[in-house]
Amino acid sequence: MSADVDLDHVTIRFGGFTAVKNVTLEIKGGEFFSILGPSGCGKTTLLRTISGFLEPTEGAVRIGGQDMSGIGSNKRPTALIFQNLALFPLMSVAENIGYGLRVRGVRKAERRRKADELLALVALPGQGDKKISELSGGQKQRVAVARALAVEPKVLLLDEPLSALDLRLRQHMRAELRAIQKRVGITFIYITHDQGEALTMSDRIAVMNLGHIEQVGEGRTVYDSPATPFVASFVGENNGLTGAVAAVREGLATIDTALGALRGRAGPGLVPGAPATLFIRPEALKPSAAGATPDLTAEVGGAAFEGSFTHVALRAVNGQALTMTLGRDGDAGALAPGARIGLTFANADALVLSLPASG
Amino acid sequence: MTNPITIAAIFIGPLAVILILFLASRVERRRGGAGAEPGFFQRNGAPVAIFLLVAVGFWALFLIVFPQLYMIDYSFHPKLPQLKRGGPEDVYTLENYRYFLFGSTRDASHWNTTHLHAFWITIFVSVLITIANFAICYPLAYFMAQVAKPRVVLRLMLLLVVPYWVNEILRAFAFRVMMGTGGVINGVLLGLGLIREPIDFLGLDVALYSGLTYAYILIMMFPLYNAIESLDRNQIEAARDLGAPWWHIHLFVVMPYAKPGIASGATLVFMLCAGALAAPQVLGGPKTLWFTPIVYDRFFQAFNWPQGAAYALILLAACMAFVLLVMRLFKVSLSEIAR
Repeated sequence: MSADVDLDHVTIRFGGFTAVKNVTLEIKGGEFFSILGPSGCGKTTLLRTISGFLEPTEGAVRIGGQDMSGIGSNKRPTALIFQNLALFPLMSVAENIGYGLRVRGVRKAERRRKADELLALVALPGQGDKKISELSGGQKQRVAVARALAVEPKVLLLDEPLSALDLRLRQHMRAELRAIQKRVGITFIYITHDQGEALTMSDRIAVMNLGHIEQVGEGRTVYDSPATPFVASFVGENNGLTGAVAAVREGLATIDTALGALRGRAGPGLVPGAPATLFIRPEALKPSAAGATPDLTAEVGGAAFEGSFTHVALRAVNGQALTMTLGRDGDAGALAPGARIGLTFANADALVLSLPASG
Repeated sequence: MTNPITIAAIFIGPLAVILILFLASRVERRRGGAGAEPGFFQRNGAPVAIFLLVAVGFWALFLIVFPQLYMIDYSFHPKLPQLKRGGPEDVYTLENYRYFLFGSTRDASHWNTTHLHAFWITIFVSVLITIANFAICYPLAYFMAQVAKPRVVLRLMLLLVVPYWVNEILRAFAFRVMMGTGGVINGVLLGLGLIREPIDFLGLDVALYSGLTYAYILIMMFPLYNAIESLDRNQIEAARDLGAPWWHIHLFVVMPYAKPGIASGATLVFMLCAGALAAPQVLGGPKTLWFTPIVYDRFFQAFNWPQGAAYALILLAACMAFVLLVMRLFKVSLSEIAR
């Protein structure tokens, strides 16, 4: 059983500080939904509001169509996985998983059966009698998932649970979490500041900044067509060149920057003369072919070989730092530090977004 | 007391134990080989190391071990005038313990009901006061450790500590004044018309029991507060999120976690309570039974030091039994309690 989660114009204030500003989200039942944002953007506050530890100052939270106001966290059909997992250290693995059932008066033998079943689901069969302190980080992760699933929630809320793991394990657990979500079929709401996690696992992503939602969409959409300059620079790396809009024609915008006039896809609401930023992904930048007129010229600062690709740090003629990512086929070897090279990009790979009026 | 074997046992016994422990550590260090950590002397430097050894040794031997051994020995001797000590009548005897049980050094036909009754009342009431203290302190400790803001905690802490700047005797007398037949409480109750005659709180032991409870609040408070304070708030929230009602969270998440603190507070309060002397003497009514004043009387009223020693040891044994029982019940080790 899964349930829709509707946030209807939710605002949360702590004294004079507004942590969440007028957020409206419709999360579909059975969806893997991520809320992505930098630390302090209000995403954890939002999650705690869905789980019932906080009440919204304004607006409503509805789960499965039912208004949750006045319903405590222990009565909601949600289960929360804490950032530090918050497993009970004095209980065994099986007792941890069975805790929610014990609260509900389920008998011991039945609790044990359910715990073993869930341990199999999270790929930890036969570990029920272990102590929590005997588990590795990844195993604790799985136990926390099993404990949350034991109460058969309609919505599982995850508060950056992978942040304490090392990179390799984190990547493995991403796939694992995604697989578990597919198997149990309930709604997952996942909070993270790591865009890689959000992009790999989610059906949809909401990008959050300073208490409000900047964009909601599928990972590919958010990456390829960011709606705001914040999303463009927060989700994935981006080179931003600021200037004034010169012209908008046939979906392409020309923008006058300190490095000359450049063209890219036009974002929404561009007005000639208004300030805007041209975003070019590092992987969209290429060294220009010999003889061709480059779009930009820059000096090579250094190249960092990362295995399957090479990061090149560049400095444009006006001193602005740029980065370029070259695949193995790119001629990265020729880029000696200090060399002056021409750069080019396809106009369709660049995006011009208007800057917010206030700046 | 001049029995040479006794003196030998008292002085040579502990020295032998220390020597054995020292040799054992030497052997262990040699076995440990080059990988062993630097010795006690290397780590601290010779002067500091010698000072530490002498100071701790003196403290342990002369202030703890010897006096206790002396008391144990004393309790197994008959009461004799100074001149007859060490003479033919100074033999080992159980008569002091017999007196505790039967009220006579020889006859065993009647129970010593007064002393036995006082002893059981002391133990029983100390247990009740320990439980009452826990019941009062747990909610407060939980509130201070998990709920209250730091500023509130500071104020509460101050409110708890300040009364203890007043010395124990004065606090006991204040209770006596407050609870006497002409005291504030009776005055208020009479004034409100709730009672017609003043209640004899002192004679009914209400004053004593509430005074003892009040006296050891802090002793229970601090271990509890420390234990609960280190509990991760997320665990409480996780339990709540999994559907637990508040009492379930306290019973199965907070209290098991705070177990060492509870055990520590309970054993301390019990021991101090069962061994309290000033409060029973000041707050006790004419018919009040408490064991420590009886022990005191053995020494200074009856001038029967061997009997006093025996009585004191019986109380000590009861306290140790209580500690062991608590450790067993709570499944905690001595090191956890001491933390």
